[in-house]
Amino acid sequence: MNKIDLHGRIAVVTGGARGIGRAITERFLESGAKVAIWDSDAARMQGTVGELAGDGHRDAVIGCNADITSEMSLRGALDTTLAKFGKVDILINNAGIGGPNVTTWEYPTEEFRRVVEVDLVGVFLGCKVVVPHMIANGYGRIVNVASVAGKEGNPNAPAYSAAKAGVIGLTKSLGKELAKTGVVCNCITPAVALTEILAQGSEEHKQYMLSKIPMGRFLEVGEIGALVAWLSSEDCSFTTGAVIDITGGRATY
Amino acid sequence: MSNQIDLTDRAGIITGGARGIGYAVAERYIASGARVALWDSDAAALSAAQESLRGGDRLVTCLADVSSQPSIEAAFATTLAGFGKVDILVNNAGITGPNLKTWEYSAEDFRKVIDVDLTGVFIGCKVVVPHLVANGYGRIVNVASVAGKEGNPNAPAYSAAKAGVIGLTKSLGKELAKTGVLCNCITPAAAKTDIFRQMTDEHIGFMLSKIPMGRFVEVAEIAALVAWLSSDECSFTTGAVFDITGGRSTY
Repeated sequence: MNKIDLHGRIAVVTGGARGIGRAITERFLESGAKVAIWDSDAARMQGTVGELAGDGHRDAVIGCNADITSEMSLRGALDTTLAKFGKVDILINNAGIGGPNVTTWEYPTEEFRRVVEVDLVGVFLGCKVVVPHMIANGYGRIVNVASVAGKEGNPNAPAYSAAKAGVIGLTKSLGKELAKTGVVCNCITPAVALTEILAQGSEEHKQYMLSKIPMGRFLEVGEIGALVAWLSSEDCSFTTGAVIDITGGRATY
Repeated sequence: MSNQIDLTDRAGIITGGARGIGYAVAERYIASGARVALWDSDAAALSAAQESLRGGDRLVTCLADVSSQPSIEAAFATTLAGFGKVDILVNNAGITGPNLKTWEYSAEDFRKVIDVDLTGVFIGCKVVVPHLVANGYGRIVNVASVAGKEGNPNAPAYSAAKAGVIGLTKSLGKELAKTGVLCNCITPAAAKTDIFRQMTDEHIGFMLSKIPMGRFVEVAEIAALVAWLSSDECSFTTGAVFDITGGRSTY
C-alpha cells in the first residue's frame, strides 16, 4: 500500500460520517492528517468520531455539526475547526444526496431544488467559506466529489446528474481562479459505490448502473480513499480544475 | 514531504526512459522499490542514464526503436530475461516534429511523427499486453499530451498522434477491463525537456501563455502522477485521461 504523506495537514471532510466520506477520513488519518468531519447527522457523526478516536486517532479527529446548505452553519464549523487545529489545508466536498429515481417530467420541483441545493450549492458554500483561508496560507488541496452521472447524465436521476455536472463546472472555474495561489481544486467522478446513497435507489436502477461498468463490479470506497488521498497530497501540484475518473472504465471522456 | 508509492517487486518498462519525463519516471520508480527497464533509441543517452540512475541489478537498458515491432519484441525478451516478468509499461517515447502549419507540413514528417508517437505506443502495448493479461496484473500509462485534446496550431502531426494515443487508451482500457490490467494515459502540458530544442521560441511562448499556473510542469511532477497510476492502488480507473496541465485543460 502506498504511504501518502499528509503529516501536519488538517483536512475537512463534509459528509465524513459514513460511506465515501468516512473512507476518505480513515485514509487521511492513516496518512498522518488530522480531520474535521462536517456532517448533518449528529448521531452518526459522533459514532464515527468515537470509533475512529478509539482506533488510535484520539486527538486527530473531531466532528462538527454542519448543514452544507447553510453558509452560517459552515462558518461555524470552520471556526470550530480552526479553534481545534489552527488551520485547514485540505477540503473534501463530499456530502450529497441521491434524490428519487423518477423521470424528469415526473420529478417534483421541490425535490429537484433540494438535490441541487445540497449537491451543488453545498459544494459552492464549502469552497466559498474555506478558500480565503487557504489563499492566505498559500497552500490548499480541494477535492470535490462529483459523479460520472455529471458527465453522462443518468436517466431517472435528473437532479443528481445536473447537480454533479454543476460541480464539474464549478471545479473548472475555481481551479482557474486559484491557479497562481498554491491552492489546487480538482474533482473526481466515481461510478457508483455500494454505499447507503445507492440503497436509496431501486434495484432496477442499481442493475442499470452496474451494467454500464466495463470492470463489471461496483467501486469499493477504499479505492476512492486512495485516489482522494493522492489528490490531497503535495505531489498533486500541477493538476487543477481537472476531472479525475474512477469509473471502472465507464467514462469515455 | 513526499509520498512513498509502493512499487516493491514490480518490474516496469519505460520507453524513452533515458532522459526527460521518462528518466524522471525511472528515478521515481527506483525510489518506490521497482525494477526498471529503460527502452530508448539513443545509445549514448541510455548509457549515461544507466550510470546516473545507479539502479544496480534493479535496472536494465535496451536499445529499442518503438516504431519497429521486431526491435520492441527483442527489448521485451531482454527485459523478461532480466526480470522474469513485467508489471508496468510506460509508453513515453516521442518526438514533436517541426512547428509548421498543416498545409506546409511535409507528408514525410507527418508520417514519421505518427509512426513514433502513435504507432509506437500501439506496438509497445501489443507486444507487452499478452504477458500482462497472462499474469492477471498490469498497469499501463501512455504519455499523451494536452495537444491531443486541444490541437496545438503548428503541431498538426504531434496533436493528431497524441489524440490518437488518447483514443487507443480508451479502446484498450475497455478491452482489458476484466483482466486486472489497467490502461490509462496522461495529458501533460509542456515540460522543459530536451524536446524543447526541437521547438521555436515562439511556439514555447505560445504554450506558456495557455497555462493558468503560469509555469511549465516539472518532470518530477509528472513522475509523481505516473508512479501513483502505476501502483496497486489505482484499481478502478481504466481507459481514463489524467490531466497535468496547470489548469489549462477544460475537459
